[in-house]
Amino acid sequence: MGIRPDQCRLCVSVITVITDMKMLKQLTLVSKASVGACLWALILITTPAVEASDTAPSGTEPVDNNMNFRIVTDSKPSIRDDGESTADHSKFEILMGPFESGPEVTRACISCHTEAGRHFMQSIHWTWEYDHPETEQKLGKKTLINTFCTNAKGNEGMCAQCHAGYGWKDETFDFTNQDNIDCLVCHDRTGAYYKTPNSLGNKACSVMFEGKQPIPWSKVAQSVGKPGRENCGACHFYGGGGDGVKHGDLDSSLKRPSHDLDVHMDAEGLNFACTTCHVTRQHLWAGSRYNVMAHDTEGVGLPGERRDVATCESCHSNAPHSYNELLGSKLNGHVDRIACQTCHIPTIARGGVATKTEWDWRTAGKTRNGEGFKEKHYTQGNGEHRATYKSIKGSFKYGENLVPHYDWFDGQMIYTTIESQFDPANGPVEINGFQGSHNDGKSRIWPFKRMLTVQPYDKGNNTLVYMHLWGDDDDAYWGNYDFGRAIKVGMAKNDIPYSGEFDFVETYSFWPITHMVAPKENAMDCADCHSRKGRLNQLEGFYMPGRDSFHWLDILGYIALGGALLGVLLHGLLRKLFSNKIQQKDAS
Amino acid sequence: MSGHGNNRGQDTTIKKRGEKHYVMLYTRYERFWHWSQALLIFTLFFTGFGLHGTHDLIDFRTAVEIHTYAAIALIVLWIFTTFWNFTTGQWRQYLFKEGVLKVIRFYAYGILVGEPHPYRKGLQRKQNALQSLAYMGFMIFIGPALWASGIVYLFYDLWSSYSWSGNGLTVIAFLHTAAAFLMGIFVIIHIYMTTTGKTPTHYIKTMISGYDSIELTKAEVAYIEETHAVSMKD
Repeated sequence: MGIRPDQCRLCVSVITVITDMKMLKQLTLVSKASVGACLWALILITTPAVEASDTAPSGTEPVDNNMNFRIVTDSKPSIRDDGESTADHSKFEILMGPFESGPEVTRACISCHTEAGRHFMQSIHWTWEYDHPETEQKLGKKTLINTFCTNAKGNEGMCAQCHAGYGWKDETFDFTNQDNIDCLVCHDRTGAYYKTPNSLGNKACSVMFEGKQPIPWSKVAQSVGKPGRENCGACHFYGGGGDGVKHGDLDSSLKRPSHDLDVHMDAEGLNFACTTCHVTRQHLWAGSRYNVMAHDTEGVGLPGERRDVATCESCHSNAPHSYNELLGSKLNGHVDRIACQTCHIPTIARGGVATKTEWDWRTAGKTRNGEGFKEKHYTQGNGEHRATYKSIKGSFKYGENLVPHYDWFDGQMIYTTIESQFDPANGPVEINGFQGSHNDGKSRIWPFKRMLTVQPYDKGNNTLVYMHLWGDDDDAYWGNYDFGRAIKVGMAKNDIPYSGEFDFVETYSFWPITHMVAPKENAMDCADCHSRKGRLNQLEGFYMPGRDSFHWLDILGYIALGGALLGVLLHGLLRKLFSNKIQQKDAS
Repeated sequence: MSGHGNNRGQDTTIKKRGEKHYVMLYTRYERFWHWSQALLIFTLFFTGFGLHGTHDLIDFRTAVEIHTYAAIALIVLWIFTTFWNFTTGQWRQYLFKEGVLKVIRFYAYGILVGEPHPYRKGLQRKQNALQSLAYMGFMIFIGPALWASGIVYLFYDLWSSYSWSGNGLTVIAFLHTAAAFLMGIFVIIHIYMTTTGKTPTHYIKTMISGYDSIELTKAEVAYIEETHAVSMKD
């Protein structure tokens, strides 16, 4: 590790020529410990014969080094028709501008909507914190580790693009200043508003700032309204670092979905906005992923009654199928144990946008011509090519029309936080494991998107790690491609003990599925589960007709049936034989 | 084929009751009951074992619907038949009769060597002792085990909220499946036994037409001729 760049330059270049993929990986790891990305460029310039041999097939292609991962080509708003508002914001003098920045617009908003700032500051969209009332875990993006870019903490300069505020790039952000609230990201109805990272990253990522039209502040300020799907989608469709990456049931195809893709959001039909279900009260939204209502036993609220849940039952009741027919009655009998989503979302990522299913951080850090690069070897349903490798992140696998993972779920997620210790020998670490069983009286079978990731952890302490990914400093992984340094700095920055040694561990994360509800004629059929080879085969401990049988009873039963058949055949045969004999006797 | 119709029998302990007459032994309702029950049981057997996963000849959804409707129809039929059995007094046919062992001995041995059937059918004695016992077992054991467990199964929704409902379903499904196997065995033997008449199809024809040739006492003949209470063809 103590090799100085100029000492190793020659040997690196020579060995690189003759080395195979495996060796190169080790070598790059070693050299990366002290050699920055700029040095790589220097080496490769001075030794033109050297070319990274690990990606041979595409060696002649131009290197795609654009690390932008949230490209929105369709920036027009969706239609949200709530009828005409009682206020035309283009007629308000205070919104005429001119405005130079977001906070100026916010001040104008708050000058009329005097309580909005106070309300909004309670929201998880602002705090990025959630104190779980039952598990008492401190959750929220502010601190959690995830299975994608692993941690927003310390990387706010990048990740807080999805914070509904202005300028959160480090610990100095003022969470009490209402001017920092970003009203427009949710309320702009022109589509012209956008956010960029709050701090500069490395050169490879600076492309994200380039080529953007300046925001027409006055126009945007005068065109505010209730959020359309693309407002929420600006972040929620792109969670995990790209379109559809995280959820599988939320991606840009839901901006203007067809009837088949989502029966509620159908742009030509019901055209629900997100807030049609995620009902809002004082800027607090129903439908928490941290504390899921997995079984709504109350059903619909009459006018004046509760309107605080995003459950299917809150509109469709606890007996949504028709009691006028046998099938409907039988299906209503499923509601107590089967989440609506399980049958009515037959597959996820159906809209032509793929979701990420596997992510391997171990392969991250390869370079070509001294630069990070990406390979796009997956073509998704809508024709777009998706990166299967990115130097800054590693290798990925995608899925479309995916059959979800099913399990009993009572709504409680139990997170593996930065403080949780685990035994890496016990198989994949469940980043957000969950509870539930067939006999606890409250769980139902839910669909999940399950994500498998191989990500760094602290080998000495058996904990997950914070990585310092984002920044224009020398320690940021997205620049130096050095895990050791990125982890060390990421941990130190947040005062988390670090043993100094890292390795990689498999992790699972589970994303409850609830969007992309198919039209009822496309819902799952009985036999999709009620069969020996059905979707719920891995769930054990309870009897399910069509799937289960009683092993020895079946054996006994079939033997008895077979025995009875054999017995009567034998008896018949004997009767035949004896009657022939008797006839012969009679004849004689 | 079957020997019990001829006169080779040596057993003289069976008294001859009188001349044989061709009379309506199984009334229209009995036959309707029998054949509709047969149809429903076959339907339930086929769809039930489809649901159980024994075969894939019918899809689950269709099987559930047919199985449920057929079960409801069969229960209605049984309620009606129970009423019929008691109002007509026909329930006595199923009471225990002496001579079960003789009948068993006949089917195990006598039938092979051409002995006559030890039981003479009479106007009010439609079933032999073994038959009565088997039908009684069917009606008080196999049948109720099936419909009772079936009804509880069907109305799962009414008790699904109890904590024991998961285990309860397992028990109910077990009982229902076990009883279905017993029913299967009953049906196989029952069908086979229909071939043991004068000809292999004699009993089946009897159960279709309702008429059989049985010995009637003089008093019975006189009664029939006087009242026409029973249809007689000769």
